[in-house]
Amino acid sequence: MADNDIAVKVEGLSRRFGDFVAVDTISLSIKKGEVFGFLGPNGAGKSTTIKMLCGLLLPSAGRGFVGGYDIMRQSEEIKKHIGYMSQRFSLYEDLTVEENINFFSGIYSIPAEKKRERKQWVFEIAGIGDRRKTVTKNLPGGFKQRLALGCAVLHEPSILFLDEPTSGVDPMSRRNFWNLIYGMSKAGTTVFVTTHYMDEADYCDRLSLIYRGKIIAEGAPNELKQQHMKWDVLEIEVDKSVEALEVLYKSGVEAAIFGSLIHATVESADAAMPVITALLQQSGILVRRIEKIVPSLEDVFVTLIEVS
Amino acid sequence: MKFLRIKAITKKELIQIWRDPLSLSIAFLMPLMQLFIYGYAITFDVNNIRTVVYDRDKSSISRELVAEFRESGYFTISAYVDGYREIDKYLESNSAKVALIIPEHFSKDIRTARPAEVGVIIDGSDSNTATIADGYINAVAGLFSQRIKGVRIAPVIDVRSRVWYNPELKSRNFIIPGLIVVIMAVIVALLTSLTIAREWERGTMEQLISTPVKPAELIIGKLIPYFAIGFIDILMAIMAGVFWFGVPLKGSVFVLLGLASIFVFGGVCFGILISISARGSQAVASQMALLSTFLPAFLLSGFMYAISNMPKPLQLITYIVPARYFVTISKGIFLKGSSLDMLALESLLLTVFGAAVFIAANKKFKKRIE
Repeated sequence: MADNDIAVKVEGLSRRFGDFVAVDTISLSIKKGEVFGFLGPNGAGKSTTIKMLCGLLLPSAGRGFVGGYDIMRQSEEIKKHIGYMSQRFSLYEDLTVEENINFFSGIYSIPAEKKRERKQWVFEIAGIGDRRKTVTKNLPGGFKQRLALGCAVLHEPSILFLDEPTSGVDPMSRRNFWNLIYGMSKAGTTVFVTTHYMDEADYCDRLSLIYRGKIIAEGAPNELKQQHMKWDVLEIEVDKSVEALEVLYKSGVEAAIFGSLIHATVESADAAMPVITALLQQSGILVRRIEKIVPSLEDVFVTLIEVS
Repeated sequence: MKFLRIKAITKKELIQIWRDPLSLSIAFLMPLMQLFIYGYAITFDVNNIRTVVYDRDKSSISRELVAEFRESGYFTISAYVDGYREIDKYLESNSAKVALIIPEHFSKDIRTARPAEVGVIIDGSDSNTATIADGYINAVAGLFSQRIKGVRIAPVIDVRSRVWYNPELKSRNFIIPGLIVVIMAVIVALLTSLTIAREWERGTMEQLISTPVKPAELIIGKLIPYFAIGFIDILMAIMAGVFWFGVPLKGSVFVLLGLASIFVFGGVCFGILISISARGSQAVASQMALLSTFLPAFLLSGFMYAISNMPKPLQLITYIVPARYFVTISKGIFLKGSSLDMLALESLLLTVFGAAVFIAANKKFKKRIE
């Protein structure tokens, strides 16, 4: 590895399970200290990629380096320098908070003095000091997830892999969690995080969008919005959104439902607004509001998926 | 190899076993329960054989013969009958196992020093009991003929057999030392078989294999608590055998415990190997552990059935059953007081088995998802 600033580098990485191609010749390059977001819907190949990078799963083809070590041949070396938090909660539910921390301290062979300090640190970041004797099974979701993060970084790894760390956690806890990730990134840790929450993507320094095993776009969140959304996005509020979507489809307008609203992608907002309003009203649909909005990453993603 | 890691794993395992009532009861309750159930249920001793008597002689000598049978303790006289038909009825309805038929001229033959004959019918549907009953009948008849002084019932050859090692011929004495082995073979493998499969099933293994822990550290860390439990179990079982069942322990208890620890080590490693092979399913692991230990240990170890009586191919298979070696060791030390040098071959093979399975487990464990 010539480049000393690169934490993770992947070229043409693939993984097949029988006939199914879970990850299809992807390439990535992540700088040290970056918060790198790996975005995609469920089943897109995010977890498979993260497992290959952590040395848990052997790739079918391609090359990859994590912290300068080859993922094919030096997976045990990689494991010394990374922290990994899997999608499924994977601490011991029948152990208490403190017993879990003690266990992972032992596994990472952290010396006794350092261990005390790190344990205190985990108690703090997870806000869990007063629950140290609680059996992990009985912890609320947000605490569990912060404890899992704490245990994954006890040994202060230089690269942290988080697989859907915030899935199934309430919004407050998600916010807290991202603050922790920022803190670690500021302290120099590279963070590789997968998520299917598009709103979380804005928190990342850089992103890759993965869909059906292929990377379909990458860049900083703003770059992605600008590059891939040359068109305008209209947000339309109607009384019958499903019917409205159908009408728009039939007249060749690219549109998608976002909650109860419709987002339509058009070449020019000013030109399209009266046309669309008229179109919908002719079909007996009440248009309550129609306006141009700044596209979200979700819009970008939907557009990109439709293109590919 | 880092001591801190092994210690962390051992400690974690102990906490988990301690908090899991199922593991605890498999570890400590099941072996003793099995020892008591099998210890009482499996017996080759035959007592109180129900007997009907058809006494056609009706003399004082014939009554003496019947009394001899009754007082031996092996026979209970359930009825006196007056014909073969009735004997049929008793045997068919399972009300009697043995019929004793004393001919009319029985007392006359004895008085005139002619060979006297007694007819005996034995229900052979339970061939084991039948064989034993036959032996007892001959013994009682022999005693009787010696007692009737001056009168001999064809004592052409005077056989005086002596039974060594288990002079009372109590079947419990040879069943318990073997039974301990069978029970421990099953318990140790069963208990350990869950340990790695459980981690895959619960998803904790995924976390563990992302750390720098080495397979050997993981396996040794997991071995230690189960080995300790197995050793405590075997100690309890030996004590129950000696103090509860009254089985004499002729040899050195230290040699027995020393060799037991080699056996337990092999069993624990075998359980771990199964656990690794049954990736991700505790149910599969426990089934595999039961099947691969219980039947071989029960049938092929020489615990119940002598290996020398088995067909040749089956005899060959017994060599890969570790219980076979430890049954020989346990019976040898308990009943014969064998010393270590007499059991050298068995001890060596037991060690080889343990080492081979330990190495196999280490080779088989992969820190990857397949």
